[in-house]
Amino acid sequence: MTSSLKERLNYDKTFDCVQCGYCLPACPTYETMEKETHSPRGRINLVKMVAEGKASVEDLKEPIEKCLGCMACTTVCPTNVQYGEIFEGAKRVIDEERPRRLVEDFLFQSFFPSSKWMNTLGNATWLYQKSGLQKVSQRFGLTRRAPLQIHEFETALPAMPGPKARRNRADRYVRKRPASAKVGFFKGCVMDSVFFETNQNTVELLLRSGAEVVFPEAQTCCGALHAHTGKVDHSVELAKQNIEAFEEEGFDYIVNNAGGCGARLVEYAHLFDEGTEWHERAVRFVSRVKDISEVLAELDGLVFEKELLKTVTYQPSCHLRNVQKVTSEPLDLIRMIPGVELRELERPEFCCGSAGVYNIVNYEDAMDILDVKMQDVCGTGAGGVVTSNPGCQLQMKLGVAREGLEMEAVHLVDLLMEADPRPKW
Amino acid sequence: MEKWLEELQSLLPEGHVLTSLADRHSYSFDASFGEHLPDAVVQVKEKQEVADVLKLANRYKVPVHPRGSGTCLSGGPLPVHGGIVLDMSQFPAIIDLSPRDLTVKVTPSVLTGNINKAAEKHGLMYAPDPSSAHVATIGGNLAENSGGPRGLKYGVTKDHVLGLEVVTPEGEVIKTGGQTIKNVTGIDLTKLIVGSEGTLGVIVGATLKLMPKPPAVQTIMVAFDEVRKAGEAISQTLTSGILPAKMEFMDQACIIAVENFQPVGLPVDAAAVIIIELDGHPETLRVERGLIEGIMEEMGAKEVIIPKSDEEAAKLWHARKQVSPAIAKIKPTKVSEDATVPRSKIPDFMDRLELIKEKYGLEVVAFGHAGDGNLHPNILCDKRNVEEMKLVEKAVEDMFQAALDLGGTLSGEHGIGTMKAPFMELELGEVGLDMMKRIKDSWDPNGILNPGKVFPEKGQKLVLHHD
Repeated sequence: MTSSLKERLNYDKTFDCVQCGYCLPACPTYETMEKETHSPRGRINLVKMVAEGKASVEDLKEPIEKCLGCMACTTVCPTNVQYGEIFEGAKRVIDEERPRRLVEDFLFQSFFPSSKWMNTLGNATWLYQKSGLQKVSQRFGLTRRAPLQIHEFETALPAMPGPKARRNRADRYVRKRPASAKVGFFKGCVMDSVFFETNQNTVELLLRSGAEVVFPEAQTCCGALHAHTGKVDHSVELAKQNIEAFEEEGFDYIVNNAGGCGARLVEYAHLFDEGTEWHERAVRFVSRVKDISEVLAELDGLVFEKELLKTVTYQPSCHLRNVQKVTSEPLDLIRMIPGVELRELERPEFCCGSAGVYNIVNYEDAMDILDVKMQDVCGTGAGGVVTSNPGCQLQMKLGVAREGLEMEAVHLVDLLMEADPRPKW
Repeated sequence: MEKWLEELQSLLPEGHVLTSLADRHSYSFDASFGEHLPDAVVQVKEKQEVADVLKLANRYKVPVHPRGSGTCLSGGPLPVHGGIVLDMSQFPAIIDLSPRDLTVKVTPSVLTGNINKAAEKHGLMYAPDPSSAHVATIGGNLAENSGGPRGLKYGVTKDHVLGLEVVTPEGEVIKTGGQTIKNVTGIDLTKLIVGSEGTLGVIVGATLKLMPKPPAVQTIMVAFDEVRKAGEAISQTLTSGILPAKMEFMDQACIIAVENFQPVGLPVDAAAVIIIELDGHPETLRVERGLIEGIMEEMGAKEVIIPKSDEEAAKLWHARKQVSPAIAKIKPTKVSEDATVPRSKIPDFMDRLELIKEKYGLEVVAFGHAGDGNLHPNILCDKRNVEEMKLVEKAVEDMFQAALDLGGTLSGEHGIGTMKAPFMELELGEVGLDMMKRIKDSWDPNGILNPGKVFPEKGQKLVLHHD
């Protein structure tokens, strides 16, 4: 069954926008690209124009592809416009008109959703770093010739654990004493390959908080990257697989540590029609999805023993802040660490420009946004940036390098582990 | 490509003349009604560029429509005659404060709210506070002569402008007024330009007046079981030697809409509420608060609510701000008017609105700045319903007539733009409107600046529907 262009573009939803313009000051791309065409109001209007046949899908392409999807606009919209749905509808229509590319099909259908591929990616990165190949290629500028500015990101990657550490991870961490909560851990794809250590630290924090942790085997990619690139049908399939995987045991929480993945997980219910069985199952799933910072705050089971003499600032993941609406917990956790001085950003709500794969496909635009962010970061005088999403962490590392600064960029859970957390009771 | 467009592109830095369909659509609307596709969008960043564009437009007789953030509620920046949208929002934003003079110099792209923020650092304030101040540019506010809740005590934008720098339609740069509080040198061109809705010149700089920031504020909410009583209580307060900064009115439909949207505990059984803000020295506020409590009791108020904390007060003002989005949930299209009447006539105006509502069977709600007679009657409808929109056109016409019958005006703070132009003669008379038009014609002999605004075209009628 094919639905009309108007339906696929969520035409009816565009009428919720009263074009007041309150979203303009919140939109990073409006600020850096200096055009209404790259503002939420402009994009919604263009979607409407395309639906009415006054402009073509081709006209819509650039404005939609240059949207970060940070959803900052939705936090200031007085009429609660469902920008996310309008944005995804537009992405889908654009994707349908695009000729298929084999590499892309492989990446989205086989690569990200597969644990095997993700482990291979992690191990390959480890080999690259350990074998000296990284040094060699950096010295001779080999990666500079790679497409998509890969060399910029490559230097920002964390050190990889070896294949052995990967193999040795258990699927289940149980406690002898009664657990304070049973946690199903959503490991993520890139998170679990490139940021394996951060995942391990997350498990450790949960265990020390008195919880037990399980990695359901059948879990797969959250589908965020698919949805953001218009592959909605595929993202629905992934959602079903995850919902099923986490139904196998009675979890109190379904925990993740990547703002972008979490934002996708909490929106699973919107993928299904209300009243259907899948919708009901999705609602149950979503009600248990929590970011690691929320769960650590709720369990309240840790004391931090080691004093860290650091001044840090916190760059929230947009998807954690604007979609999952988690704002205070990460800040509260940082403040619990003895010795750490937290200096907040002037505009924490402003995206860092990472935005999924945005910084890879729209490199120049992402760097313009990063420059605005780095001004704010530098203004705090902090010696480190704490983030809550792997993409943001890489982007902040890149920002630090571009500014020629000596500053660390760490994931919140890695910072917490550094402070020697002990069980409170 | 047309010759003027080619020449325009050679005149400005690359990328500052936008002609793609996506870009043109993105500047075809504002926060009011209608969509009009311009031929080009020109982003200017220097006053010389503005002058160059106007000179060229004047030579080729191409219409130029200045635009700030596009938050206008009356169609000011709409390119109804095609041609050029002159995007002023990307001009460098500069706020140059002189605290000892209590003045500030600004460029047109500065967001109005930022002027007040800068002033507050020096214990000063910029008084006009339109609800879109955090988005709207001062250039747009000056062109439209915007108001806001504080207008009751402090007046509207025109009451805070000392001088302007303006590019004339013929591309010359002039200065009007100055930077002193008193200045009676010649005819007051500053006041002529402010509120001329971009029809006489393009504002490229302004010197504004600042005031000492009142040290404290006090919020009071009063509920009434009759709308008429609320209107009378407002008049009684203002004739008792008290001048609040704000006196905001919400009718029952608005109260219910807000409570359905984001509940804050407003009295849903009240026929109307007034939210008052007093400002001044804390000692004075204490006395005035007592006086108002007495007046309200005497006037038969249902309830007087004094917020216990700053947070509670902020909640009430937030509720007032939520009226606009909340009523948009009743029906998708909101036709918002700002007809204004002498304050003593508010109860009569409310009665007339009730009659209009019954006559056409439409959803009409009212809220707004009741203390200065500037109510915002809103008709809630669906612009996809042609028949309903035709009724709305008639109802709007009746509203304007009602306001004028009561000695009021078409617009208190939103401006005339496209929608109210057909009614200008009703208020000004034939000769009055003609004198206004003569001023326009002598400033802009080729009629290139913002044509289609303020002045009605022959036989022009209010049209809100698309057949």
